Amino acid sequence: MGRVVLDDAAIRRALVRIAHEVVERNEDVARLYLVAIPNGGVPLARQLAANLLEIAGHELPVGVLDTTLYRDDLTRRGERPPLRRTEMPSAVDEKIVVLVDDVASTGRTIRAAMDALMDFGRPRAVQVVALVDRGHRELPIRIDYVGKNVPTAASEKIVLHGHRGTLEPPLEVRVEAREQG
Amino acid sequence: MIGRDLLGIEDFDRADLERILETAAHMQEVGLREVKRVPTLRGRTIINLFFESSTRTRTSFEIAGKRLSADVINFSAESSSLSKSESILDTARTLDAMAPDAVIVRHKVAGVPKRIADALDAPVINAGDGAHEHPTQALLDLFTVLQEKGRIDGLTVAIVGDITHSRVARSNIYGFTKLGADVRVAGPPTLLPPAVESLGVKAFTSLREAIEGADVVMALRIQSERLQGAYVPSVREYSAMWGLDRAKLRYAREDAIVMHPGPINRGVEIAHDLADRRPSVILEQVRNGVAVRMAVLYLLAGRAQAGQEGAR
Amino acid sequence: MSRVWIAGGRVLDPASGIDRVADVVIEDGRIGAVGSGVEVSGAEKVDATGCWVTPGFVDLHAHLREPGQEYKEDIASGGRSAVAGGFTLVCCMANTQPVNDDPAVTDYILDRARNDSPARVLPIAAATKGLEGKIMTEMAALQRAGAVAFSDDGHTIMDGAVMRRVLEYARMIGAPVSVHAEDRHLVGQGVVNEGPASTRLGLPGNPAAAETVLVARDLLLAELTGAHLHVGHVSTAGAVDLIRAARERGVHVTAEVTPHHLALTEDATLGYDTNTKMAPPLRSKADVEACRRALAEGVIDAIATDHAPHAPHEKDVEFTAAPPGVLGFETAYAVVMDLVRAGEISPIELVARLSTGPARVFRQPYGSLAKGAVADVAILDPDREWLYDPLKGYSKSHNSPWAGGTLRGRPVVTLVGGRIVYDVERGVVAP
Repeated sequence: MGRVVLDDAAIRRALVRIAHEVVERNEDVARLYLVAIPNGGVPLARQLAANLLEIAGHELPVGVLDTTLYRDDLTRRGERPPLRRTEMPSAVDEKIVVLVDDVASTGRTIRAAMDALMDFGRPRAVQVVALVDRGHRELPIRIDYVGKNVPTAASEKIVLHGHRGTLEPPLEVRVEAREQG
Repeated sequence: MIGRDLLGIEDFDRADLERILETAAHMQEVGLREVKRVPTLRGRTIINLFFESSTRTRTSFEIAGKRLSADVINFSAESSSLSKSESILDTARTLDAMAPDAVIVRHKVAGVPKRIADALDAPVINAGDGAHEHPTQALLDLFTVLQEKGRIDGLTVAIVGDITHSRVARSNIYGFTKLGADVRVAGPPTLLPPAVESLGVKAFTSLREAIEGADVVMALRIQSERLQGAYVPSVREYSAMWGLDRAKLRYAREDAIVMHPGPINRGVEIAHDLADRRPSVILEQVRNGVAVRMAVLYLLAGRAQAGQEGAR
Repeated sequence: MSRVWIAGGRVLDPASGIDRVADVVIEDGRIGAVGSGVEVSGAEKVDATGCWVTPGFVDLHAHLREPGQEYKEDIASGGRSAVAGGFTLVCCMANTQPVNDDPAVTDYILDRARNDSPARVLPIAAATKGLEGKIMTEMAALQRAGAVAFSDDGHTIMDGAVMRRVLEYARMIGAPVSVHAEDRHLVGQGVVNEGPASTRLGLPGNPAAAETVLVARDLLLAELTGAHLHVGHVSTAGAVDLIRAARERGVHVTAEVTPHHLALTEDATLGYDTNTKMAPPLRSKADVEACRRALAEGVIDAIATDHAPHAPHEKDVEFTAAPPGVLGFETAYAVVMDLVRAGEISPIELVARLSTGPARVFRQPYGSLAKGAVADVAILDPDREWLYDPLKGYSKSHNSPWAGGTLRGRPVVTLVGGRIVYDVERGVVAP
């Protein structure tokens, strides 16, 4: 079903490359704080942290930040979305926070994540990683580090296939057609 | 599936309760943040409609609403025309015209939240009605036990005291039994409701038998007017037979926790030194109240009744 | 000479035991003939094909609220509601304002009834002054004024000595004493039946024993005094057993049951609808079954509505604060037809409990289709389905647990003294 845009090897290469880019851009690696947006961002952030330890020799904190309570689309319809865990092991003040998400699109999740982050303190800077950027931006938000740009039609969606429920990065990323109706 | 209103734990199934408790766990984390406020219900209006004063519950709902950024308006019966001639339903309709996103109702008579819910568009959350239900109290009790014991399934829970007049007892009976605990109620026969075992509990008129092997012992508040002869002969006799202290507690499991919905009649339902220290978890209960009420507001406030989406 | 010809209906007359398709001819307000193939000239013809033709219903227990609470009901509106329910005689309780404990009030009620009510109305006077349970009323004078029985109804006489004297005195004048037998102390704050429902609702319970205790007392006092005790709205299996046993040993006791106590259990209260709040309360399934059996056996003589109108603003309140009681007249027939449909009582027995039985209890010359009897007649369609909307009914109040429901069985024509006063198509047509 659908076409594969990133396979297992490509995903791993992308995360290594992104780790190098992060180090290049941020001289003060010790100030970095990886914050994953669940659920997809969590294994990616962990892998990035492992890569950064290897490249730069720093063990970086990895946080998890659920954005659900900051969403702008809670409607009167249907059930409220389930919350996911938030775990911020250290303060964000004066840190360079690198938000990690799996798929970037409208930018609304990143916006929500930035609002949430500010409630934990005042970071020195915020940067964003996305494994896939599929476009369709609705807010003026830039992704700093992209695994792969995948232009998609509105009728298509990005699906990550992988080890469900583990902390391993996904095995592949596909573009699939949305269900009709 | 969680419906529009929260009128009683009786209406919920296990999955609903688990969903609320899981949501509450996340809300608890919000309370640990530097900024204890999330924008989730920004621009939404929650009305605290308290026909019976209860500073604790009202404040807990108010904090919960404010932590979710809702505008919380307190409407208390004392300051309204209610005591005169306006009917409850007139009041409800008046409030509904102000288009609230949730109405939290407390009343000394059972069934009033239900009647108001029937007349309102907005979701209604029961904050305690007579001797019927006090669902958010039970949710926070379940949440507290879950945190203390890691599970509810298979636990033995003894609820002790004035069961007849207790909405907390009823809601907890439904909550704990639905989540798989073995629930016992105990008190003098004058304070045990008729046919209480039809609620799926075992009834005892001996404290010792009731708490034998219990993991959780919950003492209920007893109204002082019930201690003056109509139901039990005297405060002294009640506290001697039914007041929890460390000596009586040794019949329970060694790791049993002690709960009380508050406010406590010290030395009546529970001994002074037991109320303030482990194994008592009374302050944890109060703390957890905010998280649980945030969860309830998150899941319900501003939601339309099924089939009425977009009615407004 | 005025004539009405009721043609082709199933005539059910418990007084004479007739149950067959026949014509009924009414001449000058009295039953002229019951037979088949009669040719009647110059008569108003009513086609009763497919319907029951029965004596008009007699209600031993109703609240018409006049004088004093005309915002709930008055004799005119209550009378219209009664005939729309097939009732041709209504006995109204004394808890008016002022209380019917004085012949002047009795006179007033009868006067209003003569002028304004299409149904016959006969007052039940108070047994004690002001319904206070202390001093006996002037029963003989009240009887002369037209009172058919004596009752303090819901203001139950708790003092056994007072009750004894009331019974003794009533015996002297040959009048029945109707009682609302509930021990007020045992009732306490109770508003629903004590049991699983009260426990689930968290509302104060009213135990069955509150009724049985007082029924037992009153039966013993009736036995002691030889008076005629009429037990109002029996609601418990225990009371039924006590009444049955008392009858067997010769106590002069009669009893009534309401349609709601025959049809609804305490489960109806689970939604906190104040239109399910009654006194005595809706009881358990076992109690309902016992009442239904007792009605079929004849241990209970009469179906009485306890028609109790209350204004919407009085019922739109907390369950505990709402006054007990529901409308009764217009839904009674449909509700009790359930017993016939369930095979628990024959049509003629049901009609007996609605007409002949209650007429005998209060010794009234009605409830018969025998030649020469007063032509109070109900024509009933046993299968007609209709949507009950109290707003379209005749009572001034709307408090009914059946509001908005579809009912089966409906009175279609009612005659009082040979005059058509109600017709389902045209509504109440007289006075």
